[in-house]
Amino acid sequence: MQDPLVIGNTSLSSRLFIGTGKYSRNTLIPEVVARSGSQVITVALRRVDPGADEENIVSHIPDHMTLLPNTSGARTAEEAVRIARLARAGGLGNWVKIEVINDQKYLLPDNLETIKATEILAAEGFVVLPYMSPDLSAALRLRDAGAAAVMPLGSPIGSNRGLRTKELLRILIEEVKLPIIVDAGIGRPSEAAEAMEMGAAAVLLNTAIATARDPLGMAEAFREAVSAGRKAYLAGLGPVEEAAVASSPLTGFLGN
Amino acid sequence: MSFYESLTRLEQLPFESIWKEATAADVQRALAKDWLTEMDLLVLLSPAAGPYLEAMAQKAQRLTRAHFGHAMQLFTPMYLADFCVNHCTYCSFSSIYDFPRSKLTLEEVRREAAAIAATGLRHILILTGESRRDNPVAYVKACVEVLREYFSSVSIEINPLSAPEYKELLEAGVDGLTLYQEVYHQATYRELHVKGPKRNYRNRLDAPERGCQAGFRSVNIGALLGMYDWRQEAFLTAMDARYLQDKYPDCEISLSPPRFRPYLGDFSPESDVTDRALVQIILAYRLFLPRSGITLSTREPAALRDHLLHLGITKMSAGVSTEVGGHTSGGGTPQFEISDSRTVSEITEMLYAQGLQPVFKDWDMLGLERV
Ligand code: SF4
Repeated sequence: MQDPLVIGNTSLSSRLFIGTGKYSRNTLIPEVVARSGSQVITVALRRVDPGADEENIVSHIPDHMTLLPNTSGARTAEEAVRIARLARAGGLGNWVKIEVINDQKYLLPDNLETIKATEILAAEGFVVLPYMSPDLSAALRLRDAGAAAVMPLGSPIGSNRGLRTKELLRILIEEVKLPIIVDAGIGRPSEAAEAMEMGAAAVLLNTAIATARDPLGMAEAFREAVSAGRKAYLAGLGPVEEAAVASSPLTGFLGN
Repeated sequence: MSFYESLTRLEQLPFESIWKEATAADVQRALAKDWLTEMDLLVLLSPAAGPYLEAMAQKAQRLTRAHFGHAMQLFTPMYLADFCVNHCTYCSFSSIYDFPRSKLTLEEVRREAAAIAATGLRHILILTGESRRDNPVAYVKACVEVLREYFSSVSIEINPLSAPEYKELLEAGVDGLTLYQEVYHQATYRELHVKGPKRNYRNRLDAPERGCQAGFRSVNIGALLGMYDWRQEAFLTAMDARYLQDKYPDCEISLSPPRFRPYLGDFSPESDVTDRALVQIILAYRLFLPRSGITLSTREPAALRDHLLHLGITKMSAGVSTEVGGHTSGGGTPQFEISDSRTVSEITEMLYAQGLQPVFKDWDMLGLERV
């Protein structure tokens, strides 16, 4: 069955986006890519060093991948915009994940600054994927600002706490007519599957794979979980009832 | 309001009885929490936590891997000048020692920079002795202008400056500030800093905050462990870090746990900070400040460094010389003796062998023309 995810002009068959930041060595990246089946990989521009050969993170990313440079380290919209432009000028393509964080304690994104950066960069022709706290009005503004998708957090970065923001994610999925990519917080394949069952368009994760005992095995587990969750969503989950539904209804004697 | 006001309150705590009364149950409670209070920090630094180092280490490692992954940021210090107007009883650069002082010319800075950059490092920490006369802000600024051609991040460890001076250096391309209080205990501070402007405790204590206000991206603080009771010093350092983190959430606050090292003179410190104590300090820092960077210097011996890497450390120096011009010419007087003299490539290999990834570049100076 064809079920592509279309972002910008790109059609993706994999709905698992992965990161590059936390591996024990960059040489693991090509294998993680292969085992996860992922087609989109995010890389922090702050870590990219074109001058270094072996240690240059980008040289480890297979050519077929869509690069999603992120603006990690940006504390304001202005910094995010400058990082995005540097990334494009540096040949990393025109996709960008806006990450504006000015809270080093919890690493929560600043939605206001993110909206500002999105407006500017979308107008400049970037395919903008903003990382955000799952707030409906901010998501709608991001959509109006020209975001190609929105990336709400499941729980804080690196926390592996899963979908703590589930109720808010559900609202975003229902109301924002854009792909919703759940980013941050997913620690287990079952959580990725759950996000997909809810109707998320994709999930992005890094820590869960990079810090697993066997990152390759975990990459494969996530590939299957994301695909299972998506299939379940498409198949339409049976309605969940709070109480058991009696097979012989109590009011059946009333007839029609 | 500055940390000084909190410090005045914290210093009144009955440390002796807190250390004595802390129990195993207190330690277990602190270990089970996500967000630790001041009292939890005291408990983790108490003797009662001694038997729990392994449990603390397990949690510290989990937190570190979740937040930082397997990345270990590398940097190296570059000594620009060893002129100093102070007399600190524990340092070879003290003005009372008579040795030929030197200061790199811009050409020499360039040579050092090229030699260091050739090892792959992109983050540098520049240091000077404390002398506004011999190494004024204008000199540091001129050096930074050369260095930013070679490095993607330049931090400074120099005498405390005013906020406008910090701003000036920030605009020149400096993005990180390291400044150690050395000793938080005020009476001891006065004893150890015999002469010179460094005697001004308050000016030093407030300098990291001025750095945060000026807009540095990262500020690194620390106490020189061994100069006074290590539990109390570690406690106050961590409280200082949390104060800064709460008040300046956009600045990355890091901590260093340097231990006293041999130097030219014969002063030896009051309190012996054993390896176990050092481990307890690092673990308490990590559990109290799960997202903060923790920096480990080459003051520690190689074998110990290799173990400490798994306890919460996120940044380490490599290929270190503590002499002016030590990366090219050498022959100067080291500020103190280093213990781990491995080269950058040796450290890189060791990190990979330990399952960690050396990160040479973790920031880009924005908006500055790179030549
Ligand atoms: S510690 Fe600093 S201020 Fe004190 S003598 Fe050494 S270089 Fe000078």
